[in-house]
Amino acid sequence: MEKKHAVAIEVNGKILRAELPARLTLVDFLRDEARLTGTHVGCEHGICGACSVLFDAQPIRSCLMFAWQADGHRVTTVEGLANADGSPSVLQDSFCETHGLQCGYCTPGMIVAAHALLEENRAPSEAEVRAAIAGNLCRCTGYQQIVDAVLLAASRKK
Amino acid sequence: MTTAFRYVGKKRRTKEGPRFAAGRGRFVADIALPQMKHVALVTSPYACARIDRVDATQALAVPGCVCVLSGEELCAAVDPLLVGVDAPLVKRYPLANGIARYAGEWVVAVVADSRAAAEDAAEKVQIGYQPLPYNVDAEKALDAAAPLVHPEHGSNLLYRRQFVWGPVAEDFARAAHRLSFRARWHRSATVPIETFGVLASWDAGRQILDVWASIQMPKFPDQTARALRLPGSAVRVHFDVDVGGSYGVKRGIKHAVLVGYLAKKLGFPVRLIEDRLENMRGGDMHGPDRIFDMEVAFEADATIRSLKIRALDDVGAYAGRAPLQLGKPVGAIVGPYRIGSVAYEPIAVLTNKTAQEAVRGFGQSPTNFALETALDRIARHLGMDRVEVRRRNLIRKDEFPYLIPSGTTYDSGDYHAVLDKALAAAGYAELLATRDAARAAGKLAGIGIATCLEPSGGNSAFEPLFNPKNETTTWMDSCLVRVDLSGSITGVMNTSSAGQAHETLVATCVGEILERDPDSIRVVRADSLVALPSNSPVGSRMAIMLGGAAAGAARKVRERLIAIAAHQFECAVEDIEYRDGHASLKGAPAKRLSWDQLVEIAHRKFHLLPPGVEPGLQEKFVWQVPTGGMLPTPEGRIQMYPCTAFEAHLVYVEIDRDSGRPSLQRYVCGHDCGVMINPQVVHGMTYGGIAHGIGAALYERFAYSDTGQLQSQTFMDYLIPSAMEVPALRIVDHCTPSPLTTFGQKGSGEAGYLGAPAAIASAVNDALAPLGVAIDELPMTPHEIWQRTRGVRR
Repeated sequence: MEKKHAVAIEVNGKILRAELPARLTLVDFLRDEARLTGTHVGCEHGICGACSVLFDAQPIRSCLMFAWQADGHRVTTVEGLANADGSPSVLQDSFCETHGLQCGYCTPGMIVAAHALLEENRAPSEAEVRAAIAGNLCRCTGYQQIVDAVLLAASRKK
Repeated sequence: MTTAFRYVGKKRRTKEGPRFAAGRGRFVADIALPQMKHVALVTSPYACARIDRVDATQALAVPGCVCVLSGEELCAAVDPLLVGVDAPLVKRYPLANGIARYAGEWVVAVVADSRAAAEDAAEKVQIGYQPLPYNVDAEKALDAAAPLVHPEHGSNLLYRRQFVWGPVAEDFARAAHRLSFRARWHRSATVPIETFGVLASWDAGRQILDVWASIQMPKFPDQTARALRLPGSAVRVHFDVDVGGSYGVKRGIKHAVLVGYLAKKLGFPVRLIEDRLENMRGGDMHGPDRIFDMEVAFEADATIRSLKIRALDDVGAYAGRAPLQLGKPVGAIVGPYRIGSVAYEPIAVLTNKTAQEAVRGFGQSPTNFALETALDRIARHLGMDRVEVRRRNLIRKDEFPYLIPSGTTYDSGDYHAVLDKALAAAGYAELLATRDAARAAGKLAGIGIATCLEPSGGNSAFEPLFNPKNETTTWMDSCLVRVDLSGSITGVMNTSSAGQAHETLVATCVGEILERDPDSIRVVRADSLVALPSNSPVGSRMAIMLGGAAAGAARKVRERLIAIAAHQFECAVEDIEYRDGHASLKGAPAKRLSWDQLVEIAHRKFHLLPPGVEPGLQEKFVWQVPTGGMLPTPEGRIQMYPCTAFEAHLVYVEIDRDSGRPSLQRYVCGHDCGVMINPQVVHGMTYGGIAHGIGAALYERFAYSDTGQLQSQTFMDYLIPSAMEVPALRIVDHCTPSPLTTFGQKGSGEAGYLGAPAAIASAVNDALAPLGVAIDELPMTPHEIWQRTRGVRR
């Protein structure tokens, strides 16, 4: 049997304790152990950004990190970005308003990346939005309505 | 016309948006069943090799490994997958059958308790290969001495036909000018961010195989059942799976047959989620890979008389529906132009590469690129403006319906108006000045233009055209509308979706007819055992076909409600006024039955129903594709898709001399797809199509080495445009309703992609023109561009 490692990871505000094999990636932990399937797997080599989550408030690719590396850290997934009552955040609602999504597969990663941007920069320019989501690939939208969504969310948050 | 609608054409959020924004979609990898097992694949390292030996001893010793399945066992137990053309000896199975015919082909499937354990075990499978001669050059593959991909087939030629429509030889002889050139469209694909996945579970008690799959595939349940030698009623495909992008490629038959076989054999649910490597080389999702040899005959005033097109397509090692991608362009073979005669020679060739599958546009975008290259070359040859050459040849508004030489009638359009709108929006005169100023400053700058068609309504008429044994003349779609006892409306569709907002489409169309708020209408998906016929969202067809079916079913519900009211008021149905779901007697508004009262009668009060009306409140509608239904003529003339949308692209590019990197600085697309049921959905798909076209034009290529190894297997070498490569895009709408469809809509699922590659090629070549250099190959990667400019740089 593979050796297991005890971890305690704060996921969306709750401490999750588990014994995990060393090679388990963070995204597999989130999806398969925590059953948070909003975080998606696209390439498993750190390019597409579908697996983006916040790691101590910074956007990272959860396919490139082992779950044990998150021991003692704070992870936020797309499920954790909704309002406390479960209603969509301003950013999530803005994606719906501008049609900033189609198939929904890259969407959680996009929202994570955009959320991180708006935490740092409350009034980004279009170029800054594009730069912030440049690490997240989308095949449906051509990015136009995603950029629109992030700019709309920024203006609504003012 | 658009103003007559209450919901159609209005701004509306999608029904699908909230669940996706919340991360609460349900994709196939999100579905986990108890005791589910996982598949990993062992793939061939050789372009062609005989499989002499499979030794699973060490693999089976890996903890958690439950099964190692060889091709030998599987191929004996299942039937070959469907071939789109008449080539029964080009047999394809989910795993290689004795010979692996491309590098990356699946040879052995390993099943284990977890994907990690399956990968561990896959590494321990020992396979003895005997490398065989191979061919990876589609032109050389036709030489007599070339190694055969399928020796039983007797040739590497899969399909070839010479079509001649109209007096081609005479037109060429008479024309003042002739040009010939070669245009090359290299292999790329849509490459969705979600790979293909399938989960299957065998219910031994009921003898039913349940399948959840990430698919966009016509007749998927039927094909899966046939290959597994099961009755169609023993395979239940669940269409309520969110598909993470497809744009054509998610066919997945081989995946489903493999996993279905394993689930039945092992008695456990079995899931295969491709990893990116399995997807890129063995997922059988590469797109067209074509060499166009073009000849065009035209006059001094740029009037085009005739075309000769030879299209040689490298379909890879196996053939599903892919060769038919040479067939669909027959329905728009002259593009939007008045060209009186055409010769077309499609040639599908087998090579030792990954099998080709359907890609957005089904062969139309490469054809449009070849056609638009011809238009640009005519302009250059005559020293005429490229816009003017197009203006002179575009079909005029008053010529519709317009019959093209290959037998398709274009339904409607106003191509000149759309082009003018795009030119105005782009500021064409100013753009020319910008380009010339940039050139004067020593930059490489160019303007690209493309005017292209998007055939829509998908009727699959290329099937009988390319295979006389196939007499498919219907490609229907359906919808069931039911109103329950509480008065709630549910629309039932019969296919899965990959981001096209079909739930919104159905709700909008049903709401429009029943005059009920689309937000209040639920849309669900049947499974294949209760489903009405559907041919899936291919060929830009759902706005027309599913929208039309939903409206048709809703209309029958409405008629039933009116009949109930007429019976109640003892009047003719013509005397009933239907508004917002309520029915009243014209001229006597007090005589009114509300929606709730009408529903109550339908569901509970048989004594109040008109004679012969069935109780309950539900209607189905199965719609045949408009204009479809005929077999081709002996000359190969046929009505392909019913509707044609039009797009005019204008793009301004500057190229960095040091890196060859093109930067798209302005992008305008004039677009006419008739009445848009949801304009934001149409715009979204068009933006996405343009972005995909930017990839196909500049970055994306499944490149092979001379030894048949795929060299772009990851997202580090197969480059998908990001938000930095895709510029701000502007769409200018125009509306010429289709006379053939319910609301005047046309399809738009392939919009943008059908013109963007041609437009960008046009722009790059305009930028390179001062250097006397031209590139007629896509993708024009920055490296390619840099190489072409090297040595001629001032």
